[in-house]
Amino acid sequence: MTSLINRRCRGLIVSILLAFSNSAFAAVMDLRPGVTDISRRILQLHHFSLAICVVMAVLVFGAMFYSMYAHRRSKHPKPADFHESLLVEIIWTAVPVLILIGLAIPATSALREIEDNSNPDLTILITGSQWKWHYQYLDADFGYYSNMSTPAEQINNLEPKGRNYILEVDNALVLPTNKKVRFLTTSDDVIHSWWVPDFAVKQDAIPGYINEAWARIEVPGLFQGQCAELCGKDHAYMPIEVEVLPEEEFDQWILDQLLAIELASGQAVADRARTWTLAELMDIGQTVFIDNCATCHEADGSGQGSTYPALAGGEIPTGPMQTHIERVMSGSVDTEMQAWAPQLSDLELASVITYERNAFGNDLGDIVQPLTIFESR
Amino acid sequence: MAVTADHAIPNRSPLIAFLSRWLLTTNHKEIGTLYLCLSFTLFFIAGAMAMVIRLELFQPGIQFAEPLFYNQMVTMHGLLMVFGVVMPGFVGLANWLIPMMIGAPDMALPRLNNFSFWILPFAFGLLLSTLFMEGGAPNFGWTFYAPLSTTYGPPSTDFFILGVHLMGISSVLGAINIIVTIFNLRVEGMTLMKMPLFVWTWLITAFLLVMVMPVLAGAVTMMLTDRHFGTSFFSAVGGGDPVLFQHVFWFFGHPEVYILILPGFGIASQIIPTFARKKLFGYHSMVYATIAIAVLSFVVWGHHMFTTGMPLAAELFVMYATMLIAVPTGVKVFNWVATMWRGSMTFETPMLFAIGFVILFTIGGFSGLMLALVPVDFQYHDTFFVVAHFHYVLYPGAIFGIMSAVYYWLPKWTGNMYDERLGKLHFWIAIVAVNMTFFPMHFLGLAGMPRRIVDYSLQFADFNMVASIGAGMLGMSQLLFLYIVVKCIRGGEKASSRVWDSAEGLEWTLPSPAPLHTFTTPPKFPTPEEDYQHE
Ligand code: HEC
Ligand SMILES: [Cu+2]
Repeated sequence: MTSLINRRCRGLIVSILLAFSNSAFAAVMDLRPGVTDISRRILQLHHFSLAICVVMAVLVFGAMFYSMYAHRRSKHPKPADFHESLLVEIIWTAVPVLILIGLAIPATSALREIEDNSNPDLTILITGSQWKWHYQYLDADFGYYSNMSTPAEQINNLEPKGRNYILEVDNALVLPTNKKVRFLTTSDDVIHSWWVPDFAVKQDAIPGYINEAWARIEVPGLFQGQCAELCGKDHAYMPIEVEVLPEEEFDQWILDQLLAIELASGQAVADRARTWTLAELMDIGQTVFIDNCATCHEADGSGQGSTYPALAGGEIPTGPMQTHIERVMSGSVDTEMQAWAPQLSDLELASVITYERNAFGNDLGDIVQPLTIFESR
Repeated sequence: MAVTADHAIPNRSPLIAFLSRWLLTTNHKEIGTLYLCLSFTLFFIAGAMAMVIRLELFQPGIQFAEPLFYNQMVTMHGLLMVFGVVMPGFVGLANWLIPMMIGAPDMALPRLNNFSFWILPFAFGLLLSTLFMEGGAPNFGWTFYAPLSTTYGPPSTDFFILGVHLMGISSVLGAINIIVTIFNLRVEGMTLMKMPLFVWTWLITAFLLVMVMPVLAGAVTMMLTDRHFGTSFFSAVGGGDPVLFQHVFWFFGHPEVYILILPGFGIASQIIPTFARKKLFGYHSMVYATIAIAVLSFVVWGHHMFTTGMPLAAELFVMYATMLIAVPTGVKVFNWVATMWRGSMTFETPMLFAIGFVILFTIGGFSGLMLALVPVDFQYHDTFFVVAHFHYVLYPGAIFGIMSAVYYWLPKWTGNMYDERLGKLHFWIAIVAVNMTFFPMHFLGLAGMPRRIVDYSLQFADFNMVASIGAGMLGMSQLLFLYIVVKCIRGGEKASSRVWDSAEGLEWTLPSPAPLHTFTTPPKFPTPEEDYQHE
């Protein structure tokens, strides 16, 4: 289907490139082969088109440089005077068309396969929000948030940066090998894009839309990616981590999760049953605040100009308790202040609110108990 | 005429005279100069923003720019370079050159011309003022996707919207003026198919502008009503559609990228024949190829949106149409090479920049072809590979195009030759720095670095450092350019009217510097060959 020249050049250049891509360089300067059939086909297509471009470049630039050398005035004082040739024009219109057809055919067949989302074995609903991912296992009916776990000290150059700097998360998405996993993507606020290069999956997460993509991952391991669509301040800090387990281990993992959810709800009942002291809540509250709120409101509650309000001396954190609880639990519509009720437990909410009312010099001295939060849900 | 008015009132202070001359001028050459000065000024401002970006990306971690500020720099750099540098730069060249090339005394609508220019300082004043506002400048990228720019945009977004409206009005008026001038004021005997290619490419560009700038105006108007008047064109919560924004934006945006390059094609087609001392190869096919590119540019906007969940049929159509653009673009490149072939070449600065333009633009074209392939685009999209691609077509493309034009026609404008040694030095620094800045970005993108991120993981550190050093060099080299231009304006070896021994076209029949009013009586066309020989 591809012309003879194509095939020959392809053979030559692809073999050079393959030799290259096996070297250590590939990891930092070429697409990766990835761990799915599709990702490897895409790599081939990339190398094929690159090879065509390199060949064309050598021919065109070769002719140019030769001409610049041989037809400069000192060597070639009398210019020729041809300036039109229909035949030549037809040739260099037609030949590129043929080359393009040679490129379009493999691209089309790969694309048809990529877009075949039918018959998945497992479906994950991925929801982006500023600046974290939520993974919902639709078949097992549970889900969780996944936040970047790189500490701010590393970002601000106060600590040495770790190997997985800004690519690591607290809770990775866990998937099985050799199953057709379907990803449904959507968003709670702005457009994000879920991208794992090793799966060759990049799908925009758009509010009001549910997009589809899929992958059948062949080997277990840990795979990383990042949000690929500018989504506001912490766009760079919205990594994706996927832990791929062999099938049996994955099934066990699902069972463990379900069990853990049971236990957590038992724990929640216990948390509600007791009365917490200010010191206890402040302690937990500080951690919750640093992990969830400090990107916007800053660790000392000073906020960032008019974009993110200061909580130190802020109207709501020093105002009536009920408004404060509502604001944190349901957020503010159409702003980056999201609803935290679905994301945090009763105890976490109670402690972070208590913390805001008593830290940063607010010192109101009042406390909210997990039970109150539970009742406000 | 402003100049005559000055004579009428001799006791005006020089400042008032200066201001009223430039504020009220209706002369195409003076307005051309104004456009070029604006473009040059904004080039340094937008360039300084690029320096902030590259400084922040010099190393992983946050060093110089907080994330929100970084996003503002990315946004303003893009907006200013596109709307403030390349577009006014090309319009400035059009103003200076089109009347002189077609043998007309001025643009057809001189007052409108003045108005189109003087809108712009206000437009960019508005845009730049957002940097000092509460909540900061727009921070959502030059593509300002909803809902990041609507529901979540900073308060300054409204100033941005107004600024875009003003630029749009200016561009449309300027484009109408150019179309009217070209259609009505050509000297007798200059049929369409005898127009210089710079005029042709600008004619087509002007049509693109008239067709797509209103679409951009529509997009920002919908944003404005979404933000303040309770509509939900782009808000999913209200039943609107965020992807609609992208369709509208790119329906403007894709032809826009050709607006940014077609006049550059025209410039290369003027300059290469002069220094190859040989007629342009395939004039007719050049014209048809430009038209083909312009027409195709209206049906390929979807290639910016492959990851938004387009249906298979749409993806295939857009992919094929995009690949097809490679054909007329290829024809142009081949024609330039054929023009050089068996010519008798010398390599003065304009020629060097034109050759740099052809080679590096072609590299950008190749990566464009790769990006057109949907399956692979899923890997390339929104990475530094794309950043590399469009900087290859815009920097060595549009900007080198403008620079080669400036070197080529500066002697005609000022009557002085520029400093050839410094010009060549400028070229060689620029070409090394451009490649050092943008080539490693291909690798970064392929290795997986998303674009528009303020911070990156450690495996990207080396190439980012190289790119930042290159960018520093590139930034510095523009100071040299400024020096060369200023030096040439202030004096230098006197230029002959022909300037370049085998330059063709009516503008070279005029004395250097070109007097304020030219072709008040129509010249003869085609120029008798002898006119050239008497220098
Ligand atoms: C993505 C950035 C972001 C994060 C993360 C965030 N907030 Fe906010 N927060 C905001 C913004 C923006 C507002 C202002 C909303 C408005 O205009 O009504 C706000 C407002 C508030 C207010 C009201 C302040 C006032 O006086 O009006 C409180 C209380 C608050 N946030 C608490 C929290 C808590 C608790 C967390 C963590 C669990 C948190 N925020 C995380 C962005 C954020
Ligand atoms: Cu995101």
